[in-house]
Amino acid sequence: MQPFHYSRPVSLAETIVSGTQKHSRNAEATATFLAGGTTLIDLMKLDVMRPSHVVDLNSSAREFSAIRFDGSTLRLGAFAKMATVADHPDVISHFPVIAQSLSLAASAQLRNMATLGGNLLQRTRCAYFRDPSWAACNKRSPGSGCAAIGGVNRQHAVLGTSKHCIATYHGDFAQALMALDAAIMLIGPDGARSMPFASLHLQPGNTPHLETSLRPGEIITEILVPDGPWTRRSRYVKVRDRQSYEFAVASVAVALALEGSMVTDVRIALGGLATTPWRAVDAEDLLRGRRLNEASATEAARTAFAGAVAQAHNAFKISVGQSAIVRALLETAAMEAHRG
Amino acid sequence: MTDTRDICTSPSTPRRRFLIGSALTGAAPLIARSEPVAAAEPADTSDLRKPTSVDIHVNGRPFHLELDTRLTLLDALREEIGLTGAKKGCDHGQCGACTVLIDGRRELSCLTLAVSAQGRDVVTIEGLDGGGGDLHPMKQAFIDHDAFQCGYCTPGQILSAVSCVREGHAGSPEEIREYMSGNICRCAAYPNIVAAISQASEQMGE
Repeated sequence: MQPFHYSRPVSLAETIVSGTQKHSRNAEATATFLAGGTTLIDLMKLDVMRPSHVVDLNSSAREFSAIRFDGSTLRLGAFAKMATVADHPDVISHFPVIAQSLSLAASAQLRNMATLGGNLLQRTRCAYFRDPSWAACNKRSPGSGCAAIGGVNRQHAVLGTSKHCIATYHGDFAQALMALDAAIMLIGPDGARSMPFASLHLQPGNTPHLETSLRPGEIITEILVPDGPWTRRSRYVKVRDRQSYEFAVASVAVALALEGSMVTDVRIALGGLATTPWRAVDAEDLLRGRRLNEASATEAARTAFAGAVAQAHNAFKISVGQSAIVRALLETAAMEAHRG
Repeated sequence: MTDTRDICTSPSTPRRRFLIGSALTGAAPLIARSEPVAAAEPADTSDLRKPTSVDIHVNGRPFHLELDTRLTLLDALREEIGLTGAKKGCDHGQCGACTVLIDGRRELSCLTLAVSAQGRDVVTIEGLDGGGGDLHPMKQAFIDHDAFQCGYCTPGQILSAVSCVREGHAGSPEEIREYMSGNICRCAAYPNIVAAISQASEQMGE
């Protein structure tokens, strides 16, 4: 691990100043924010991240850890721990897909440490990204190439890839937020702003090293999830190589509004399959206004992968992903969703 | 296994150096509430390897340490304080051998910077038992059920198990397996671990 300056500002104002000063003072200096640390410390040990300054947010951002539901909007503090949110009664009963996406992620210890905001910003698990002895990684070293294309790529993405990067976004919670049209609140050097969660992550395109639309020094402070007729009938299905404590081979977040078996609204987001949190919009469009059964769910699942690009070792993900969508839709339809 | 217990629990025989009480403040406080940030932080040209002061409570005792900022809590516990119960397995948050209780919750000491544990309460396997010489019910249950073979993962398993019970996630063998999945046992003592946790869960009355 490279040596670094450590600071722990006690106010958010100091944190913002601190984060931006580090950037402006020295072109070589890189400031990184520390929240739960479960991604950052890991990647610093691997020498993938080499910040010259670590600004610890745990004293200054504590105010952003509340969980509140007023009947129309769920407000999740970005510094709330994953475990706390997963076990929250309002989240479990009104937004089951959020609770499930969190409790099926990582391990109990990691969920006690990791914050919601940090979880959303977790880096890819691409083995080539995580191992600097591989020179070619456009995420780590822009322009160096991609060792995963033509390498061992069973874990890699089939949706949203480019010829420069096929690294998977592995998060689970993000898929629930995609499905539920969440928004995020940010604070930074230029003040506070909000954006749709769907705008946070950037597809790799020609610039795989640019992963989010956050501006330098910006921090996610809160996540807003609107209540809707689909939120209680929602579910997260995660298919993995082992039963627990594993990243998804394919995962599906589904939220469904039904009248009888007729789909009045549906939201589908996919994890473990794409380079970013991924909304299967075409599949949703195909289902709206139709009866949900195995045939229509299968048709929607095929549609979701119409643009998929498989690599040498990950073509199986397309059929696994399709099966996961069908299963998630049918299981969600079978839920006894109570009206809030 | 048991022959190291006395060394680990006795505060008078640390394996390595540690500093208690009065401050040796080689490094200035990094941030003072009343001071502007720029003045309170070391300049970019300062020696990055200069130690930083950290105060941590471990097993109810205060420790004042002067540490490299890169040191993890796990290394601080083992190398600086001399508590070798927490084990280094993968050192990347994947195996659970380093699990300790921080402010009452199970966390991974290998992914925690020691400097960021400033002011927090840490409980290691050495500090789990109350006074009086009785083993914690979870430790006794692990012995009763032979819930280990080599024992390397056991301190992490036991602390994680205590937390699993306190969190209310030990209601069934299936729930125990799910909520203990962050602790890997290469000897595969899992059936006995689940049995031990089921027993201790009743005895802990939580």
